[in-house]
Amino acid sequence: MRIFFLHVIAILWKDIRYELRSKQTWLGMGMFALLVLVIFNFTFDLRVDNVSAVAPGVLWIAFIFASLLGLGRTLAAEREQNSMDRLLLCPVDRKAIYLAKLLGNLLFIGVVEIVALPIYTLLFNVPLPAALLLIVLLGTLGIATIGTLFSVMAAATHARELLLPILVFPVIVPVVISVVRATQQLMVPTVNEPPWIGLLIAFDVIFLSVSMFTFQYVIEE
Amino acid sequence: MALLGANGAGKTTILRILAGLIKPSAGTVSVLGLDIIHDVQQIRRCVGFVGHQSYLYEELTVSENLLFFARMYTVPHAQERVHELVRRVGLERRAHERIGALSRGQVQRVALSRALLHAPHLLLLDEPDTGLDREGSELIDALLAEHIALGGSILFTTHLLERVLQQSDRIVILGSGRVLYNRETAGLDYDELQRAYGEVAN
Repeated sequence: MRIFFLHVIAILWKDIRYELRSKQTWLGMGMFALLVLVIFNFTFDLRVDNVSAVAPGVLWIAFIFASLLGLGRTLAAEREQNSMDRLLLCPVDRKAIYLAKLLGNLLFIGVVEIVALPIYTLLFNVPLPAALLLIVLLGTLGIATIGTLFSVMAAATHARELLLPILVFPVIVPVVISVVRATQQLMVPTVNEPPWIGLLIAFDVIFLSVSMFTFQYVIEE
Repeated sequence: MALLGANGAGKTTILRILAGLIKPSAGTVSVLGLDIIHDVQQIRRCVGFVGHQSYLYEELTVSENLLFFARMYTVPHAQERVHELVRRVGLERRAHERIGALSRGQVQRVALSRALLHAPHLLLLDEPDTGLDREGSELIDALLAEHIALGGSILFTTHLLERVLQQSDRIVILGSGRVLYNRETAGLDYDELQRAYGEVAN
């Protein structure tokens, strides 16, 4: 078990170093998320009475698209020289590779979200309650678990930028609905709503278990 | 052992199967007495592979790359081992430069260091002299001689028949994924090998 986590840390550390040198993923994702927020802010007629209907959707569109941009990049970097063989050659548990890649993606997406959230609250004039951070964390985890798995599949193809959203979007629909509705609930609490945060946790657990189990088959085929 | 054959004969595919990178579509494969399907992780621990690609990260330095792979192979005293190999392949002064900034020959030296990090029993080398100058070639020959002296084995592919005669004790020539020629090197001269290669490979 100790070796498993040492491998996870080593791969994660390598990915962070790699990203700090190339700066491709963070900068691309960050710019994209900010642009989406700014464009939507200009596009919609935001008044106090309709901001709660629009703002959660805009926030999650920005996060999901920026995440997909980053997810495509991180595994594509691993596929440089047309292969994942550098990692596959090593006697490393494939679950450790998945966990390291997932943590890396969570970190990259998380940094972008930390930068984008205050800008979102300023542009849309909405509060930033602590519960929103929990929703963002759970939503990002749901997107990243499935995204990490599918980015391995997509990275093996020539049309990975096109294929990744096509694979990921249909699967993450339950997470997207849950996070948008949970975010709306924070702004305008309503009665008789399902427990969105509980559902989010359930989706995350299911996605994480399935992805962790199937990753080794996906990566080696 | 040397693996010869025309392009597309299956040399690289065999090495990739033995390295645990791809699964055989049929038949059984045994490496060091271990089954490639059931004991693949154990095989990966005992095998070092140098392929057409370097399998190194271009944005990381020589030391960072080797240290990363040392951790992947759980090499004890990783820092010392990395330092020793960097010195051994003559790249001490370039240890903190990114792989992307090195020449093809220097990258090949680092790739061989990566394959030797965990002191594997079996080295799989796919045309290891690609891109190497005379000095680099001699250095790699010396490293491989050390590996054999320590009890290791090497399976390599090449198109250089002189290298085959000098460095192997058995020759296998492949064609369309099948063994077409298999004999010991002892007693074989260059002309005979060239004739056999010409007949079998074509």
